[in-house]
Amino acid sequence: MSNVFAGQVLTLAQRSVVRTVRQPANIVFPLVFPLLLLAVNAGGLDAATRLPGFPTNSFVAFALAIPFIQGALFATMNAGTDLARDIQTGFLNRLALTPMRGIALLTGQLGGIVAMGVIQSLVYLGVGLAVGVRLESGPAGALVLIVLAVLISIGFGALGAFAALRTGSGEAVQSLFPVFFVFLFLSSMAMPRNLIEIDWFRAVATANPVSYLIEAIRSLIIVGWDEEALALGFGFAFAITVVAVALASMALRTRLARS
Amino acid sequence: MTDRHGIEAQGLVRVFKKGPRAVDGIDLRVEPGEIYGFLGPNGAGKSTTVLMLVTLLPPTEGSARVAGYDVVSEGPHVRASIGAALQEAALDPLLTGREHLRLQTTMHGMSAADRKQRSGELLERVGLTQAADRKVRTYSGGMKRRLDLALALVHSPSILFLDEPTTGLDIQSRLALWAEVERLARDEGVTVFLTTQYLEEADALADRVGIIDHGKIVAEGSPADLKAQVGRPTVEVVPADREERDRAAAILARFGEPCGSAAEGVAVRLRSGEADLAEIVRALDAENLKVEHLQLHQPSLDDVFLAKTGRSLEGAGDEEEVTPAAELALDRA
Amino acid sequence: MRALAVARGVAWRTLHNVFTNPSLLIPSLVFPLFFFVAFAGGLSQVDNVPGFDFPLGYTAFQFVFVLLQSAAFGGVFTGFGIARDFETGFARRLLLAAPNRTGIVLGYGGAALVRWLVTAAVLTIVALLVGMTVGGDGIDLLGLYTLALLVNIAAVLWAAGVAMRLRTMQAGPVMQMPVFLVLFFAPVYVPLSLLQGWIHGLATVNPLTRVLEAGRGFLAGSPTEVGVAFAVALGLAALFSLWALRGLRSAEAAG
Repeated sequence: MSNVFAGQVLTLAQRSVVRTVRQPANIVFPLVFPLLLLAVNAGGLDAATRLPGFPTNSFVAFALAIPFIQGALFATMNAGTDLARDIQTGFLNRLALTPMRGIALLTGQLGGIVAMGVIQSLVYLGVGLAVGVRLESGPAGALVLIVLAVLISIGFGALGAFAALRTGSGEAVQSLFPVFFVFLFLSSMAMPRNLIEIDWFRAVATANPVSYLIEAIRSLIIVGWDEEALALGFGFAFAITVVAVALASMALRTRLARS
Repeated sequence: MTDRHGIEAQGLVRVFKKGPRAVDGIDLRVEPGEIYGFLGPNGAGKSTTVLMLVTLLPPTEGSARVAGYDVVSEGPHVRASIGAALQEAALDPLLTGREHLRLQTTMHGMSAADRKQRSGELLERVGLTQAADRKVRTYSGGMKRRLDLALALVHSPSILFLDEPTTGLDIQSRLALWAEVERLARDEGVTVFLTTQYLEEADALADRVGIIDHGKIVAEGSPADLKAQVGRPTVEVVPADREERDRAAAILARFGEPCGSAAEGVAVRLRSGEADLAEIVRALDAENLKVEHLQLHQPSLDDVFLAKTGRSLEGAGDEEEVTPAAELALDRA
Repeated sequence: MRALAVARGVAWRTLHNVFTNPSLLIPSLVFPLFFFVAFAGGLSQVDNVPGFDFPLGYTAFQFVFVLLQSAAFGGVFTGFGIARDFETGFARRLLLAAPNRTGIVLGYGGAALVRWLVTAAVLTIVALLVGMTVGGDGIDLLGLYTLALLVNIAAVLWAAGVAMRLRTMQAGPVMQMPVFLVLFFAPVYVPLSLLQGWIHGLATVNPLTRVLEAGRGFLAGSPTEVGVAFAVALGLAALFSLWALRGLRSAEAAG
């Protein structure tokens, strides 16, 4: 039986990847847009590295963490929209009539996201290296970085799947996007928290889990091995993943209200 | 206990939140190997009934057994016995036909070798071998429905549910699909539960028809029985020589009571059904009466629908042209 | 003037749509405010960078950018509406019914303007509430808002030209992307003098840089390069009105 289950998961993950690959906009946009923003911000804010206490003298290195989060976001939105479309077209009903277990659907969906997450991470990392960023944590750090980025993708992906399963509407999934973006912007994305002057902004950024995801990735690039940042980053990524997967599983059970 | 291949429902009700009683107490019984046509206008409750029978929607009240299993408490057994092509072929436009089959066979837990063999077999059967590696986006409506059918047959189900399988298809695609459904029932003994809003479809395909309106079955029986309930067929004759109307009327009167007809012809309601048609042709021939036009008017399922609900089903064909047998007889006249 | 009557009809209908439909109204109000908060709040420390010479502080510095950005994106949002009108067939009805079709472009433009003025008012009030300091006098501020208004007009004409050529909602990114690039390849976060390398080169030739720096000058009460800025803004508006009118011809040709 476990063989069958593995086959189901693999096939569903494959479909999720194939479907993404066959909509080039869904690949290009999550790859190009974060890099474009990186270019804009790295160019525009390079002067900020001259602030006393700024942790590095390369803003590109500082900002390189952001694309990993943005890429996960874009991929998640696309995957969530695809899942919502499956619900709208009745494709999910077709799957529900097979002996497939609900968890296979979710695992397959997340499997596709993992594949996209790995590809994206490699591209961002490659671009970073190409423009002269060097990882303080070395090659092992690169590996840890990719693992963390993929874990974040899974967490966000499960949130997207939850939204899709709960609402059954692609538009509802898309409308989550601005919410995610608010979280991203009100974080320590563009400035280290200790250099944010405005009190309420610093408080919000400190309470915002996205700050810790970014800071963990960033620490591997500009600091080296910062246990605290890594523990916080992995901790939050893990917590988000657990909560989101639980929510998505519950929503799936309701959605597949088969007896 | 229902037969392992049959369908049985008692007092099936589905009420949607803030909505009407979409299905309002349906009793039905479909015998193994039978093609059962569920005929009704849009929104009559056909699809809701199907969703309950295939275990995708729990009934609000009532119970149903499909393939001998209860749809509420034995869902997995029901699903293992049935195949379903639900409304609007639910396909992924980005995948190819073959990829759809691979997905479906994998979900059913088939081995790699079985998957390949079964996929090839089904593609061949629905005539999609050539198009198997094209993305579904490029398929015509008929091809999509055929792929949908193939996907429903992957695990050789004994009962097949088809929800409006030919809605929106052109005539040729429709006929091809009908032929395949008939073949499945005839050669493989598959029980078919088919919903449709097309009279001709129910008439041509179904052994028995249930007419549903506002969530209730208003009439049930074989198409012929249902039509016989509303009235017997009529025959209209237009003599070549209009002066001979009276003579024609006299001949026709032997076969039934006169009824209304166009000014130039005469018509009778047949006493014993359309079998009389050949006799009429022979009688006219024997009396040497030249006929310009002879037509058999069959009561249609629309007449049945009209009689039971007071409304007409949209797009109903209101009369049947002369059957091939009658045409043959006419040639000799 | 028949063109004006047509323009008034089109503008009224577009505005009615926007102001009775929260999903259209809210984003164009909230996005600029959000950017303002995120940039001015998160990056306020940037005014401590050696060489940062804007006298009014970082909030005022960012306000000018966000004001221009809201003007540009407000125009693009209206372009989305035009594309939607073409997709639903409403625009075709307009083309058939309007005695003077130039009035259609004027009407969409007018609607975009009114819509942006509302956004600009909200943005200004919020900026003043969070303590933005203003150095310029009335004339200076008139200069700032007039520049922004010209940017709004140029943007809506650009987007309308795209919408009338492609006539589908999928043209959204085509309208948005170039505007986005022009905006962000300007000195967004720091003055031009603090930019280095490739971005300095790009920002120097970017026409919007002139408008942005002049706008900041107006707000500070020390206008610089005013002539160039107005020439650029007027030039863009004139260029894109040609673009939009030729787009209208293309829509007419397509029927």
